[in-house]
Amino acid sequence: MMSSGFSGFGLGLRKPHYQDFLDGDVAVDFVEIISENYMIDGGRPRDILRRIRERHPVAMHGVSMSIGSADGVDRDYLQRLRALVDEIDPLFVSDHLCWTRIEGFNSHDLLPLPYTQEALDVVRTNIGVAQDVLGRAILIENPSSYITFDDVDMSEWAFLDATCAETGCGLLLDVNNIFVSATNHGFDPHAYIDGIPADRVRQIHLAGHSQGETMLIDTHDSPVPASVWSLYERAIARTGPVATMIERDDAIPPLSDMLDELNIARTIARASALRVAA
Amino acid sequence: MSLLSLQRDFRGWLTDETPAPASKPGASIYQNNYRAQLLACLSDTFERVLLWLGEDAFRVAAATHIHREPPTGWTLDVYGAGFPETLTSIYPDDPEVAELAWLDLALARAFVGADMPPLSPVTLADVDWNIALLEFSPTLATRMIHTNAPAIWSAISAGDAPPAACLLPDAAALVVWRQDFTSCFRTSDAVEALALSRVIDGERFCTICATLVDRWGETDGIAKAGAILGRWLQDGIIVATAC
Repeated sequence: MMSSGFSGFGLGLRKPHYQDFLDGDVAVDFVEIISENYMIDGGRPRDILRRIRERHPVAMHGVSMSIGSADGVDRDYLQRLRALVDEIDPLFVSDHLCWTRIEGFNSHDLLPLPYTQEALDVVRTNIGVAQDVLGRAILIENPSSYITFDDVDMSEWAFLDATCAETGCGLLLDVNNIFVSATNHGFDPHAYIDGIPADRVRQIHLAGHSQGETMLIDTHDSPVPASVWSLYERAIARTGPVATMIERDDAIPPLSDMLDELNIARTIARASALRVAA
Repeated sequence: MSLLSLQRDFRGWLTDETPAPASKPGASIYQNNYRAQLLACLSDTFERVLLWLGEDAFRVAAATHIHREPPTGWTLDVYGAGFPETLTSIYPDDPEVAELAWLDLALARAFVGADMPPLSPVTLADVDWNIALLEFSPTLATRMIHTNAPAIWSAISAGDAPPAACLLPDAAALVVWRQDFTSCFRTSDAVEALALSRVIDGERFCTICATLVDRWGETDGIAKAGAILGRWLQDGIIVATAC
């Protein structure tokens, strides 16, 4: 069953902050883990997760489900994910609108899909299998992309709309990814936010990016920039209160810096809610 | 083009089997991400090998491995499994490199191995040694070594100047396991190596004792068996007994 109505503010759980979370009360409403980092047999990472789970709700965010694989999803992977889900009882289970694996090859990168009817059929089938194995609805996140394909049938946001409608899954809206892809491919990020099924959004990701040689790169190595905060304001106005978290995977600052950044999200969301109330 | 064909083409671009079309400049970003991710995985898992070889030589070895062995598992934890063999092929005259790599890999695997509490020595009082089988921790790994790779590993980890690589006068066994949440290793002599391999093969401990008695006589054989068992209990590598 998909969790709904949860609208707290969280951070990604990363190694440099383990001790902070173990030592005391950190002012977050939830933490998000990279699922694969804990889909292990045992040892310290699992122990730390168990102890942090006693203090905080946890969202599970994966990178290896590969719901866009033309040759289907990996059921062994899903069973292993299910075992962790059963242990953690997470707020959400999410992965990306992408593919990572084909015919035994695993890229360990979030590779783009062409937004065709065929790809939609594949994604629908794969999400169906995943949700059956996991026993719950999942959230799908829009990726950053650096390539577009010819002969597509729909926009990314229309693809997400159809995916949600046909599978019952929810959306994890990554606002930074919208900005990165919009800049790289020349579409209007406002049109994207206006086009997504806002009632399906259960969680929002915020992050920073870097300027590559020719494109923006989704590096998660810097604070959330003003351009992304601005889009967040527009997104949260459409979705209403939903869980929001900040991802940081490189050049990770002290936890206090991350909490300060999270307070910006709280302020924007609160102002948006007040505007709606008025 | 079907989705399957597109994904096969994309795999070819990433693994350099086929060049990406010039019309898709963004393909190079995915290629860089792919290689950087795998290089980071190998650098992280084989940290002491990196420090032993130096960054440039390690990058060349990693690039060779990435080209030879595209990843297949859903987790990067398994990607380094074949790297010691790749290093053997690149450094056939420097066996300490592959042995260092094996040690790095075994310690990394032990770190995330299954949790099994060690057997308390008190419980051994009730064991019928005529039929007892010993079960080792699932984090235990052993192999024979011929070089001073463990000494090199320890010196590098301590930030000391590592000794020059050399061959050992006699082959030894390298034993890796996890105690609580810390991965550990030590070397063992040929006698313990034999006992370890026999237990792993499912032999009863009394049969192993009999082998030691046959070879060293009753007093020394039993003393050696007792010392080995005591060391295993002290290390916490025995997790259960069975009949």
